[in-house]
Order: sequence, then structure tokens, then C-alpha cells
Amino acid sequence: MNEKAIKLLGGKRPKDKNSWITVSIVVVLFAVIEIIKGTGHISNLLSGLLVPICMYITLAVSLNLVVGILGELSLGHAGFMCVGAYSSALFSLVTKDAIPMTWLRLILAFLIGGLFAAVFGLLIGIPVLRLKGDYLAIVTLAFGEIIKNLVTILHLGVDKNGIHFSTESIAALHLEEDGTVLIKGALGITGVPKSSTFEIGFIIVMITLLVSLNLINSAKGRAIMAIRDNRIAAESVGINITTYKLFVFSLSAFFAGLAGVLYSHNLATLTANTNNFGYNMSISILLLVVLGGVGSIRGSVIAAIILTALPELLRGLSDYRMLIYSILLIVIMLFNASPKLVALRERFSIKKMLKRKKEAQKEVRADG
Amino acid sequence: MQFLSFLISGLSLGSVYALIALGYTMVYGIAKMLNFAHGDVIMVGAYLIYVVSTMQGLPIWVGILASVVGCTVLGMVIERLAYKPLRGAQSLAVLITAIGVSYFLQNAALLIFGSSPKSFTSVINKKPISLFDGALVISWEAILTMIVSILIMVALTVFINKSKQGKAMRAVSEDRDAAQLMGINVNRTITLTFAIGSALAAVAGMLLCSSYPTLTPYTGAMPGIKAFTAAVFGGIGSIPGAMLGGVLIGIIQMLANGYISTQLSDAIVFAVLIIVLLVKPTGLLGKKINEKV
Repeated sequence: MNEKAIKLLGGKRPKDKNSWITVSIVVVLFAVIEIIKGTGHISNLLSGLLVPICMYITLAVSLNLVVGILGELSLGHAGFMCVGAYSSALFSLVTKDAIPMTWLRLILAFLIGGLFAAVFGLLIGIPVLRLKGDYLAIVTLAFGEIIKNLVTILHLGVDKNGIHFSTESIAALHLEEDGTVLIKGALGITGVPKSSTFEIGFIIVMITLLVSLNLINSAKGRAIMAIRDNRIAAESVGINITTYKLFVFSLSAFFAGLAGVLYSHNLATLTANTNNFGYNMSISILLLVVLGGVGSIRGSVIAAIILTALPELLRGLSDYRMLIYSILLIVIMLFNASPKLVALRERFSIKKMLKRKKEAQKEVRADG
Repeated sequence: MQFLSFLISGLSLGSVYALIALGYTMVYGIAKMLNFAHGDVIMVGAYLIYVVSTMQGLPIWVGILASVVGCTVLGMVIERLAYKPLRGAQSLAVLITAIGVSYFLQNAALLIFGSSPKSFTSVINKKPISLFDGALVISWEAILTMIVSILIMVALTVFINKSKQGKAMRAVSEDRDAAQLMGINVNRTITLTFAIGSALAAVAGMLLCSSYPTLTPYTGAMPGIKAFTAAVFGGIGSIPGAMLGGVLIGIIQMLANGYISTQLSDAIVFAVLIIVLLVKPTGLLGKKINEKV
């Protein structure tokens, strides 16, 4: 770690004002929803969305660490979530009777889910060191698909002889009569205690946010962003690229794992398919990050809230819902990123106009 | 004999992947973008044949023609409406827009045709060839796929290397600004690339659905990802790379399917991809780019 070099490069610590705004937005929203919930004015639809919204915020922020801060494209984020979900669900299922305290079991489940995902992040981080850009994107996509694929064929059971596993069927486990099947291949895990609540989701979101924002504003964070902006320059001032990349990848995977735990403890049956742990999910998370603004944590939070609620709010349009969603997506992207439209927006932006007016006045004064 | 049969079905599937991968790789080489909507163009092409030939009962060649023309126009329209305004924007923004287009095509097909699978009538109606007393059965679809793919690949290689437009395409992919300075119409070249890529996708859709005749709005998604994998496998941006990558991915998938496990074949394909990229980080035939400081 070369704190000195970073200090020389980065200068003063940037102000944390932005971070506080982000954190306060989340806290205020939480308080408002808690009040609405307390007075009983919450609709079923909204209350069902609360845990998924927390999950998506966590996922978006964690992917933003990789895409926005480290500057590498990852298309396999759902894979980490899958690891977290399955490992913690298995843990909770096994210890349902052994640990009666829900809070303790849940804390342990979160730790296990997060750590397992982080280990996978580390494993995937190793090839990351050799690859760049689109090649890296396809490798992460491949890892995500492999994880999903392996999970769907995994059968696991336990009896007095120990643990049995098979990739074929429940019968191939050869369990004794008193044995129980824990993971049923494509049928997944059933009977995981449904202990995810909005409050727990909020705590997870806060942990993710605080750690991420602190990281970004620290010397480490500036070193990571230096790698993103110019790898060779960063390397030549003594920043250890390998360590930092692995660190960010596993940290991001850890948070994705936490989101997975949140997810798996919110369901009666946990199964893996393309829409929850496959490529589609990874893309959905990437959508949140890009729409919120690459590198902007606050953007990720807001995008996660709006985009999770949007398809539900559009539900009245029934069949046309996803069509309209996709058109909205294209239009937003064009509006946000098209160079011509960006130039047009700047011309008509009120902020800029006022600034221009002020400058003109200043010039007049200087002339006078 | 079993090996030979797996090999042939792998070659046939692989040539379809190669056709799709060519679309990916050409667009990537010229517009520097990953066109994630490419897989869904295949699906649109297959639905067009289904509507014209199966539902309307017109001869199959009319359906094929309609599909190729329709997809070519579709590709050009997508490029004009969704990608052209984003030229010069961040690559991630273009990627997300492409995903938006992909969602749009899937959901539009879902609205029009519903989610229930349609059974696609094969474009060729002949009994499979049986060799060695039935030990080796080759379907005409597999033969047709291979012949059509080889013809298209040869034609495309000649086009890229010999024709003036092909030369312009190579120039744009090498250096867009320099090409523009030399008087090449960059916008027209990019549109042409999308048109060719989409026409190839239509052919790929026809061949794919002749061998695997269930047609749903999501038919194009997985072959699209596999073909993208194939393009990266061969070295994205490289045309011979896409052909080689496609064929290899198809063969690996079919061999894994036959000898190891049907459920694991996707995982094996992706695992091979990862191993290859670890040894050759820019794909099999990709150019090694030296970094300048």
C-alpha cells in the first residue's frame, strides 16, 4: 500500500458532502415508509416491493463498485448473488432447529452468504487480472452462467452416514430412510425460514452504502479510481493493481452475496433460473447502474428504487407493460447519452443560462 | 460412429453459431459496440418465415425471401433509430440501448404471437440419410445448414477482401477518422454492416429453427449469447475468428451433450471459453493490442 504516492497524486481528501446527501435520502425514505407502515396506509403491492427494492439497491451499489469505481464491465453479478442465496439458505435450513434465535441465525446467514460470495469473487477476480474490456465481460457472463447451471443440477441430502450429493437425481443420493433432502436440483431449496423484513433490508442497504461511500472517499478508493482512469500511470506510481482489483471484486461479490441472502430469505422456494440468477438478472442490475449513472452511488440507489417500482406501477397496462418499459429504456438512454441531445440540453439548461448571464454582466462591469 | 454423429450435429449447430457470430463480430469491428439485440433478430426472422409460409401457405422461398429482406430492413431501422444517435457516446450507454432494443423485440413478439411455442415447419422436407445400416443418421437440415453456411462464409470473405464496399468496411474498422478523411462514407458503411449482419441472422434463424423447430419469443436469446461467446472465443472483430469460434463452440457443445451430460453442456462450453481466454486473452485469432503509455 502506497499511501504516500496517493497523497501526492490525489492531494486533499474530497468533501464528503455528497455521501451525506445519499445516506440521508435513504434514511428519510426509510423513516417515511416506516411511518406509513405504522399508520397502516400501505398497499399490499408496495409492501411486497420493499424487500426487493432493498435487494436491488444493494446489488446496484455493489455492481457500481466494479463498473463505476474499478472501471471493469461485469455481466455475471447475479452469479455472486446466487452463491450467497444458496449457501445462506442451506445454512438456515440446517440450523432452523439448532439456533432458535432468529436474529442470530440471520446474522450468521448473512455472514456465510457474503463470505461465500466473496470467495467466488476472489476466484473470478484472478482471471480478471489478465483480461480487459469485452473479454472480461464475457468471462464474467460465463462464470455467472456456470454457477447457475451447476446449482440447478445439484442434489444434496443428509442422513446418519453423512452428506450425500449427486448431479443426477434425488434417488441417486442413496439416502437412508431417516435422511432428508436439502437441495433438490432444479426444484431448489424449500422450507427456508422467511425472515427477511424491510428493516433488515434497510440495515443491509446502510452497511453497503456506508462501506462503499467510505471506500470511495478514502485513499484506497482514490487508488482504485486511478487504476480506472489510467492503469499504466497508476502502476507506475506504485499502486498494486492486482491487490486492488481482487479487493474490489471480492468486496462487490460480498455485497451481492448479502443481497442474495435477503432474496433467499424472502421466498418459500428457492430455485435458480435465467430470470433470478442468470444472465437476465445480471443485465437488470447493470441497467440500474447505467441508468443511475456509472460511478454515482446515489444514482444507483435512485435508479434501483424507481426501476423496481416502475414495472409494478405500469401493471395497469397489463400486456403492454414490458413493451413500454423497453421503449422507455431506449428513450432514456438516447436522451441521456446521445451527444447531440446532450449538447441541446446544455443550451437550454436554466443553470447554464443563469451562469452565462452572470458572466456577461461581469464582463460588462469589467469593461465599464 | 456415435462420435461421428455427434461431430456432424456439432458442425451443423456450429455453423449456425458462426453465422450469428459473424453479425456480432462485424458490427463490433466497425461500430465498436456489442449489439445484444442481434440474437433477437434471428427470432424475428424465424417468425417472418412462420407467418409467410406456415400461416399464409405461400411457397417456402417466398418466406425465406421475406425473412431476409425483413431482417435486413429491421437491422437498418434499429441502427438508424437507436444506435446512430449514440455514435460517439460511452460504450456502456450503447450496450444498454442494445439491451433495450432486445427487450423491445422480445416483448413485441410476445404481444403479437403470444408465449406459447409455435412449431416451425422445416424448410426442407426429406427423410434423413441413413448410413451403415442406420448406425449413422444424417438429417438433411444438417447438410443444408453446413452447405449454406460454407457458401455464405466464402461469399462474405470474397466480399470483404475484394469489393470496394468491403474495403471501406475494413478501413472503417481499422481507423474510423482516417477512413472518413479518405472520403469513405462512414455512416453508410455502418448501415451496410448492420444490413449484412441482420440478413445473416435471418438465414441463421431459418437454419436453426429447421433443426430445432420450437419457436418462442425467446428463441434467439440463448443462441445469441452462444454466438457472442463464439465471437469472443475466436477473437472479437476478426471474421475468420468468428467462423472458427462458432464451429468450435457448436462441436464442444454437442460432444459435451453426448458424452458428459445434457444439463451440463452449457457450463462446459463456458468453462472451455474461460480456459481459452486465460491462455489467449484476446481470443484464438484476435489481434494482440500493445498498450502505449
